[in-house]
Amino acid sequence: MAESTTRGLEKVAERAARATPPGLARRFSGLSDKAVAWLFVGPTLVLLLAINIFPLIWTVYLSFTNYKANRSARGYEFIGLRNYERVLTDSDIWQTLQVTAHFLIWTMTLQVILGFTLAWLINKQFKGHGFWTTIILLPMMLSPAVVGNFWTFLYQPQIGLFNYVIAFFGGIDPSSFSMLGDVNLAPWAIVIVDTWMWTPYIMLICLAGLRSIPDYIYEAAEVDRASKWRQFWSITLPMVLPFLMLAVLFRVIENFKMFDLVVELTSGGPGSITELASINLKREAFEKWRTGYSSAFAIILFVTVFGVANIYVKALNKVKQR
Amino acid sequence: MSASTAHSVVDAKPWTRHLSSALVILYALITILPLVWIFMTGFKTPQDSISYPPKVVFEPSLEGYVNLFTTRSRQTPEYMATLPPPDNWAEALVRDRNMVIAGPSKFGERFLNSVIIGFGSTFLSVFLGTLAAYAFSRFKIPLKDDLMFFILSTRMMPPIAVAIPIFLMYRSVGLSDTHLGMILLYTAVNISLAVWLLKGFIDEIPLEYEEAALIDGYSRLQAFIKVVLPQAATGIAATAIFCLIFSWNEYAFALLLTSGTAQTAPPFIPTIIGEGGLDWPAVAAGATLFLIPIVAFTILLRKHLLRGITFGAVRK
Repeated sequence: MAESTTRGLEKVAERAARATPPGLARRFSGLSDKAVAWLFVGPTLVLLLAINIFPLIWTVYLSFTNYKANRSARGYEFIGLRNYERVLTDSDIWQTLQVTAHFLIWTMTLQVILGFTLAWLINKQFKGHGFWTTIILLPMMLSPAVVGNFWTFLYQPQIGLFNYVIAFFGGIDPSSFSMLGDVNLAPWAIVIVDTWMWTPYIMLICLAGLRSIPDYIYEAAEVDRASKWRQFWSITLPMVLPFLMLAVLFRVIENFKMFDLVVELTSGGPGSITELASINLKREAFEKWRTGYSSAFAIILFVTVFGVANIYVKALNKVKQR
Repeated sequence: MSASTAHSVVDAKPWTRHLSSALVILYALITILPLVWIFMTGFKTPQDSISYPPKVVFEPSLEGYVNLFTTRSRQTPEYMATLPPPDNWAEALVRDRNMVIAGPSKFGERFLNSVIIGFGSTFLSVFLGTLAAYAFSRFKIPLKDDLMFFILSTRMMPPIAVAIPIFLMYRSVGLSDTHLGMILLYTAVNISLAVWLLKGFIDEIPLEYEEAALIDGYSRLQAFIKVVLPQAATGIAATAIFCLIFSWNEYAFALLLTSGTAQTAPPFIPTIIGEGGLDWPAVAAGATLFLIPIVAFTILLRKHLLRGITFGAVRK
């Protein structure tokens, strides 16, 4: 494995050197361009191959076996595609994917509406907008696990701040509902915290989009007597859309593999009502120790994310050209 | 409502501006409330922290912080009476609860682990990332776009999907629950961000500087060290902070691959237990100490935030 990797890298470096214009290469004293390119890119690729790609290949391998990591001495055998068959026909998995879909759809809807509105308001450049923007940005930089854990305190019936505020404005008893304990409320509890945390992400990227629109377009629209409403729909929105798409794609990827925040908030409960794909995977892999089975599920998840990631990179390059 | 924007020929009318500022400030206040609450809870006594209605005005106490850093044991009043007077304020605070300090808690260690692993992996990813980014920026590497995509795609992997083989791999080479193991792992996760961000920063440095240096007889390596690195310093610093924040916040790998020696603070803080349930002031104190550095870094990073969260694609 390591040997073929090195050879592959050498080939890349060699081609790199050959492709570098001779004008530059001539001026070297010391190391050649080929050596420098090899030396500089090599370590990164080796590290990624060792700690990302090699484990991934191992996961693929394990997914065809009935290996159990807690009984490694017992040996294992190949069972072909049976793990995949089991995953895809398992009603628990479909339940988990449904929970994930609900989480994705609602977090994205709320965050896009809130994030875009906020960006649009901030773009009016009122006094002190820089300060308030920084305040709004804070949650997304913080540790999701630590923050999620603290939100369980805010969500306590009776003593929790969240319940108190809702009760205060809603005129209901603060101990009458439990965000994390109620099967109907728990899915919303995680949506609320994720929205609190990640709306700033969408906002910041939308803001960049709004600021990228040159003034003269609006000036031209004014000359043409386009209404403000019309300007919004045919200038502002279409020009921000690529930025918004980029933000949404990235959030979809991140929330599809959401783990830390929700583990600390509900750890999938009550029952399995908030058990997202990653949490289910962790249970299968590290609590039930069904290594082969969970590897198959991991591969299915990875392929899905990878597909979205492909679209993401295309969007990234499109935005970059602006 | 008017749909005018600051870009239009006529600037936003004063009243729209006032309204938007009011709405944004309202949102900011709501969003900051949970954080303020964490901070306040850290200075409450356990009784105050679970009172109803929630207490906004309270007498500040350092009990949460003392509980965070110590383990305590409950003693009989008879035993307490035999003790010499407390030699410091922390001891006195604990004695008021009929307890004595039994020793330090694990929080200090876990916090230190976060610092070691955070800085170790940040240094490594920025070091390797700068080299790779320079090569990608300056040399005509074949399949460059594919390689860059490959590097980015490693970031998209769900941590749990690779956690199983990494767990097995680390178990067999003796890296599980070690600082080195976690540093390498976080470096592997961070390097994609480092390469993408730094490539953007290095792309912005005009090629002419290096060419001039090469003509002056510098070797490629000398030109890189003496010309490119100083120019990229701001970018390198911003990238380092992003890597540091990621390692600092990481939870999934830390939860699954560490249990003692190398455990970082995020999986530890939620497990702080007091007598009769979670000791919320201690949890809040731990969270406060853990979050404050990130708040400071976020304010420092303000101008580069956008770049960091989009892998360098969106710049202004």
